[in-house]
Parts: sequence; C-alpha cells; structure tokens
Amino acid sequence: MKVWIAHLAVLAALAVLLAVLPAYHATNLARILTLAVFATGYNLAFGYTGLLSLGHALFFAAGVYGAALPVTYWGLSPLPAIALGCLAGGGMAAMVGLLALRTAGVSFMIVTLMFAQAGYLTLLYFGQITGGDEGLVMPDATALIPGLSPDTARAVIAFALFALALVLSLAVIRSRLGRVMVAMRENEERSRMLGYNPFTVKLTALVLSGLFAGAAGAGYALLFGYAGASFATIQYSILPMLYVLMGGAGTTLGPLLGTAAMFYLVDGAARITTATLLVVGVALVLLILFAPKGILGTLRERGARWIP
Amino acid sequence: MDSVILSARGLTRHFGGLRAVDGVDFDLRTGEIHALIGPNGAGKTTFVSLLSGRVPVQSGSITLGAEDITALPAHARVRKGIAYTFQITSVYPRLSVYDNVALAVPPEAGELRPAVMAALSRVGLADRADQIAGTLSYGHQRLLELGMGLALRPRVLILDEPTQGLASGEVAGFAALVRSLVPETTVLLIEHNMELVMDLAQRITVLNFGQVLATGTPAEIRANRAVQAAYLGGDDAAA
Repeated sequence: MKVWIAHLAVLAALAVLLAVLPAYHATNLARILTLAVFATGYNLAFGYTGLLSLGHALFFAAGVYGAALPVTYWGLSPLPAIALGCLAGGGMAAMVGLLALRTAGVSFMIVTLMFAQAGYLTLLYFGQITGGDEGLVMPDATALIPGLSPDTARAVIAFALFALALVLSLAVIRSRLGRVMVAMRENEERSRMLGYNPFTVKLTALVLSGLFAGAAGAGYALLFGYAGASFATIQYSILPMLYVLMGGAGTTLGPLLGTAAMFYLVDGAARITTATLLVVGVALVLLILFAPKGILGTLRERGARWIP
Repeated sequence: MDSVILSARGLTRHFGGLRAVDGVDFDLRTGEIHALIGPNGAGKTTFVSLLSGRVPVQSGSITLGAEDITALPAHARVRKGIAYTFQITSVYPRLSVYDNVALAVPPEAGELRPAVMAALSRVGLADRADQIAGTLSYGHQRLLELGMGLALRPRVLILDEPTQGLASGEVAGFAALVRSLVPETTVLLIEHNMELVMDLAQRITVLNFGQVLATGTPAEIRANRAVQAAYLGGDDAAA
C-alpha cells in the first residue's frame, strides 16, 4: 500500500510540475517522461529479468514507424497511432525474442544488436517510404488533441503515457509474473526446476518491454514531430540502458530518475562544452565505480529496503 | 503389490565413451522411501537427472503414473509432480526465505501466504521467513532447499544427497522430516550416509557402473554378496 501511495505521489508531483513549469521546461519534462517510458520498459527486461538486450532501438523504431507511417500515409489520428506503435514494438519484440532467446548472455547481446542493425538498414533501404536518415516530419502538434495548445497536449500525452507505464510496471513486478522474472534473473536453472519454462517467461518479459518501447517511440515521434531511421541506431539501444543503470536497475522509479539525471547532465554539459558525450562517459565511469547499483539501487542497499 | 508411481525402462545415457547410465530398469512404488546408493561415479545423479528431465534421455522410457513423460522438458515434469532438490544447494541467495518458497508454490495452490508458511514450518524455518536466503547457515539453506521442494507439493520428491555437509544433530531432524512426508509423497533419496539409508529406506537400489546391481529391502541389500563386493568393499565391511 505504502508503495502504491509513494508512486502515486510521484505521479502527482510530475503533474504539478508539468502544469506550473514554463513552456520550455515543461517540454523538456515531457521529453524526459516519454524517454522514461522507454527506460521503464527496458528495465522490465534488463533490470528485473536480467536480459541484456542491445536491440531495443529496433522496438523503439518499430513504435516510431508503427505510428508515423499510418499518420503520414493514411492520415490516422495521433492517439490510435500511438496504440498502433505500441503494438508494433511488442510485435517486433516477439519476433526477435522467438529467435534471440535461444541464446543467452553475450550471444543474446550480439544477436539483438544484429537484429537492430538489420532493422536500421531496412529502414534506410525503404527510404522512399520511411524517409531514411532525413526522416518524416509529423503533423503539427496542434493536431494531437483538438482544442488544446501543442504544449498542453504534449504534456498531457507524455504524462498519460508515463503514468500508465509506471503503474503497469509496478503491477507487473508485484505480480506472480514479476517474481518469476526476478527468479529467472537470479537463478535460471533453479527456476526451471520449480516448474517455470525459462523461454516463455523471458519471451513474455521481452514482449512487455517491447510494448513499452513501442509506446515510447510512437509518443516521441508524434509529440516532437519527427520520425527517422536514426531512432533504430545503436545509440537508442544504449540510451535506455544508461538511464536504467544510472537510476537503478530493478527499481520501479530508477528509470525515470536516470532519464532525468542523464538528460540534465547532457543539457548542462552542452552549455559548457560541445563534448557532451565525454561528460556522460565520465559520469558513467564514476557511477560504475562508486554506485554500480544506480541511484535508487544504492539507496535500497543502504537501508531503504522497501523501495520496489 | 503396491502401485508404481514412477518407472524407467532401459534408461540409457552415455557421455562420449562413459556409460553413465546404461539400460536401467527401475520402479518407484507409491508412498515409499526408496534410496539410491552406489560408489562415486556409479551414475546416481545422472540417473535422477534423467528422471527429472535435467538431462535428456538417450534411449529408454520414463512413466509417471500411467503417462509417458520421456519427451517432456524438465519444467513440465515439475508441474506433473516430480520435484528435485539440488545436490549443491541452489536457492535464490538475494531473495528472502519467504520469496524463495513463494516461487515454489504452484499457481493452483490458492492463497500464497498460508502455503508458504506451512512449508516453512515443516522445515522449521518459519521464524526466518524475512531473512535473506544467502545469509542463512549452510544447514538452514539445505532445509530451505527441502522446503522449496515441499512447497511444490510433489507426488515424487527426489533428494540428491540432502544430508551432505549437515551436522549429525541436523541429520536426525532431517530423517524425521523425510519420514513424515510419506505416504502422501513418494521419496527417492540419493544418500551416502549408510546408517541413514538403512534406517529410512523401505527399499534400496544399488547402482554400479551405470547399471542396477541389486534392488531390495535394507536387509536384502545388506546380505547381497555382489553389493558387498562392489560397494561396501568386501565381506569385512558388510557389518
């Protein structure tokens, strides 16, 4: 109960922030929330189930194009397009998972990475439809929710997506499925001998993760008006991992915290230098050296054991 | 004649040139405590791994009740009621004792908490439910392993050297616990502690070089000359 109240309080605080912040900062926050949906999904696979995927960019891009193509070519309205993007991400994760989950560990990383690369090249190959590297420009954000200003609509949709993602992820990890996911991470052979099929558990986790990634991709494309093949590059597989590592793998709020921290780190660094990636790199090295469990993971270890 | 719950026919598994299990016929009668003994390398662990599905069968068949389970994967056999406790303790060290057992409770068992606490009380760990499993003493981890096996509510419980590394006082408690499981659960026990085997088991199967050397009651096994020669090291050691 305490846990649910804590999470609802976080959501309430976010809603207030979105409402009172000036437009520039509110838009930043909407961006963070959308990316945090991606990270929250990544956390289900990586943080809770122990699946280190380097192919999540493909699921994100599936969401981007699952929403962007119908909007561009059939004039679908944005909200159903987000639902389509979500399904595209989940469907892509199911296809990749069916093949990639025959491997584990390093092989799994490589196979998922290769799938994502193949997806990126496919997007470039069909450049006439997908726009390739130049991408497609999405309709003006005023069309998002008729009657609302673009900024408000963005805030509302980003918040709704994130709230849904957070509540769903909390519900999953507190369910029987969530416990079994953790069991797979901790000791797969033991779990098998307790009657759980490792393949189906991991596939379920990966598909859930893909649904989140798809929703995030679709939201990102529509809220910020751009869909491009670059969303399928390795960078978008690494980013959610960094967010999750920074905030704390295997904690429900870690992905949000990590996304925000990384976002403002890059933002702050950009004011000082053009070498923002260097700053990110140094931050990560420090993190791995001094707090390998991330922000919330470290807090949990230091005594706040109730953090889910 | 008692009914047979688990049986194997012509069960075979070779690793390269090593005939780890070589054409074993075996019957486990419903409700008995059956011990599997044999010198090191006799194929005991491989044999029960074949039964539990951790190692695929090369040839032969396995029947549970009236059902042929030879082709079923390990996790499906667990769901059918064959539980296996590991020779080398394999709990989830970073989870609490409660969560360890909760994972073992099958979904159809109804309310989780009473089922978990019942299994924990049975192995005497109820007061340690909130402790992290990795911080338990070795003996307690063995008991937790057994508690997880019990929480599965198996029809057949396979215990692979459960008393290895336990203090003698703990062994006595363990023997009483195993005795309390039958006849609801059938127990197949791999064990090196001869005193315990002779005391607990109703029947004993002796494996040697991957083959069944003898099967019988403890008294019959004790009197069997082939067993004495192969396993107990000649007439002198038979006492």
